[in-house]
Amino acid sequence: MSQLLEAFRLAQLPDAAEAFRAEVRDFLATNLAPAAPAVRARTWMGFDAAFSRRLAQRGWVGITLPAAYGGAGLDAFRRFVLVEEMLAAGAPVAAHWIADRQSGPLINKFGTEAQKDFYLPRICRGEAFFCIGMSEPNAGSDLASVRTRATRVDGGWRLTGRKIWTTNAQRSHYMIALVRTSGAPEDRHGGLSQLIVDLSLPGIQVRPIVDLTGDAHFSEVTFDDVFLQDDALIGDEGSGWMQVNAELAFERSGPERLYSSVVLLDTWMQSLRRTGFTPADAVLLGGFTTQLATLRSLSIAVTTKLARGESPVVEAALVKDIGTEFEQAIPAAIEAAVAADPARGAEVDADLHRTIAYLSQISPTFSLRGGTREILRGMIARGLGLR
Amino acid sequence: MFTEAIEAILVDHCTPAAIRAIENGGSATALWGALAESGFLELMASEDAGGAGLDLDAVFPIFVAMGRHAVPVPAAQRIAARALLGDVAPPPGLLTLAGHAQRAADGSVSAAHVAFGAIADHVLANLDGQRVLLDAARAQRTTSGIRGSLGASLRWTADAVGAPVGDNGAQVAVFSAALHAAALAGAMERLFAMTLGYCNDRVQFGKAIGKFQSIQHQLSVMAEHVACAGVAAELAFKAGEKIPPLLAAATAKARTSASVPLVASTAHALHGAIGVTEEFDLQLYSRRLHEWRMADGSETYWNRIVGEALLGSATPSVLQFTMEEIL
Ligand SMILES: Cc1cc2nc3c(=O)[nH]c(=O)nc-3n(C[C@H](O)[C@H](O)[C@H](O)COP(=O)(O)OP(=O)(O)OC[C@H]3O[C@@H](n4cnc5c(N)ncnc54)[C@H](O)[C@@H]3O)c2cc1C
Repeated sequence: MSQLLEAFRLAQLPDAAEAFRAEVRDFLATNLAPAAPAVRARTWMGFDAAFSRRLAQRGWVGITLPAAYGGAGLDAFRRFVLVEEMLAAGAPVAAHWIADRQSGPLINKFGTEAQKDFYLPRICRGEAFFCIGMSEPNAGSDLASVRTRATRVDGGWRLTGRKIWTTNAQRSHYMIALVRTSGAPEDRHGGLSQLIVDLSLPGIQVRPIVDLTGDAHFSEVTFDDVFLQDDALIGDEGSGWMQVNAELAFERSGPERLYSSVVLLDTWMQSLRRTGFTPADAVLLGGFTTQLATLRSLSIAVTTKLARGESPVVEAALVKDIGTEFEQAIPAAIEAAVAADPARGAEVDADLHRTIAYLSQISPTFSLRGGTREILRGMIARGLGLR
Repeated sequence: MFTEAIEAILVDHCTPAAIRAIENGGSATALWGALAESGFLELMASEDAGGAGLDLDAVFPIFVAMGRHAVPVPAAQRIAARALLGDVAPPPGLLTLAGHAQRAADGSVSAAHVAFGAIADHVLANLDGQRVLLDAARAQRTTSGIRGSLGASLRWTADAVGAPVGDNGAQVAVFSAALHAAALAGAMERLFAMTLGYCNDRVQFGKAIGKFQSIQHQLSVMAEHVACAGVAAELAFKAGEKIPPLLAAATAKARTSASVPLVASTAHALHGAIGVTEEFDLQLYSRRLHEWRMADGSETYWNRIVGEALLGSATPSVLQFTMEEIL
């Protein structure tokens, strides 16, 4: 067998993480206002700064960051539990999500002492929201071809270019942008660096892009000769590619990639209990349950590696690819099941219908954000030694 | 420790040639004798009864190895029978399990599609919720007619059916499903390794076919489904337990079975024509995937059991049910 597959042995969450679950549920019970399922289904697109600040007050933003910077200093397992419970409940996590998951750990790992002192406590207090500026109009899957350029000038940098699909740019304070600081796009990985961009600076324009469901969660961001101070550089100049890949391992691992449709699954289950179900409904629901149990176990196996300080990049890609398939299969199958008998339409409540509609329309994004299916499969193939 | 030792026996005695011989009607005595003499069939018996007193999690890798080597005798069933029967010592000879035996109005008993039904000496059956030991020599056996299959449907007249040896016959069905889940995981591991190796070796258009992106992607997806099968099978084999819990076993059998169509078809697609030949070993494992997917119920059967349990419960969320009842 391959080494990659040997990584996936059944692992359990430690008792301490399970004990933490009760605390999280308590918190959600008192701090999460009831909302319709179609609203809860938006969970990691759902932006609610007040909720994020309450979570921060509880100490759970920047949950894995060191206590010295205001973080909770908790392990990857507890982050797993926190994220799992929030997504399952449909909590609006978008405001602090990226800072907690990616930008904070990135700054903690590669930042200077001054950068850590400045940004991390703000992140942990829920005062600094971040977005990720990787994609550009002509650099999606082919990320190494980014053209947005920062040129060295006296005392800092001049930034010009355009980012797109930047989740929450319109509501964030900072972007960590992958830009070219030397060379040309043909140089691929060489000459790429990451900069922390204060989005309130002159020369920056953020234009929200409305999606097919009517939401506006991502944006186009243009930089027109924006002046950045020296200390905007995060990590080493020219190390952007390596840093971005380390960051993507955070983005792809964990339970994020399993729960996007779980609010719908629960809503449908409750509807079946009320209105009765066919054997085919039970088979379908049971099938999603057995699949969830399996994927969750795979995800915990990846988290176990993260908790040991490893960087399970390929394992995370594998779980993300099959996890998003699961997330996409749920609305597709429930759409078919709910409309299997037109005569029963009256029994289907409007909330359920709206949730199905939202998820079936938005579900194509599940396998795009964080890297497409084809890109992930290429990474898995590399991990199998084929490339 | 046990796993390495049993692997060594299997490498010696369960060669592709030996598997083919048994499938073609040859004697299984040599292979069965090697396993029995080593004491492996008693792993789950208590130490008082001369066994090793192992729990499910300790025997799991052995059940997987049975699948990886396509073992053509009911060794996993015999190990499980030891746990199922408790104090009752199983009779010597090849013993298999039948999870869903049926009694007819005239008192006769039938068991359809029993794994190793064609060669077993005894069957431990779930009959009306009780555990019954049946003498296979007294059964009318109808083999499936599927080439190479050792399965058969068995029927006993009323006078050949003895008294139950215990209650909780449902455990027979659950354990049998769980061991087939483990066997599926093992066979899929083997198929994956063979397919990966083949794609690195086989050259077309001047390069190894594994260098083509579409092949790489098929292997990546196959790896995902093999990983799911492996971890799902393990769910049924809980530490500290001797009998797999119902819903964990249901999950194991459902999810491993669900991997079968993609894993089997990808293995064959990537091997091209040679993969479907008798002479090439791939078919020893891929044929079993199909048989084991159906054994003790496919994913349709087990998913329904899980779905109905979930719908019949009061739990507010699928995740909570999963954590409390399965994992
Ligand atoms: C909801 C959402 C949120 C997002 N948020 C962010 C964000 O916050 N920050 C950010 O930087 N980006 C973000 N993205 C962008 C996302 O990362 C890109 O959409 C993704 O990487 C794909 O790039 P693309 O859209 O340009 O598609 P393309 O790269 O043009 O791909 C189009 C298709 O071609 C396939 N393809 C491309 N190259 C190959 C190849 N070599 N082999 C085989 N197939 C190939 C792709 O798999 C895809 O199917 C977000 C996207 C979505 C949908």
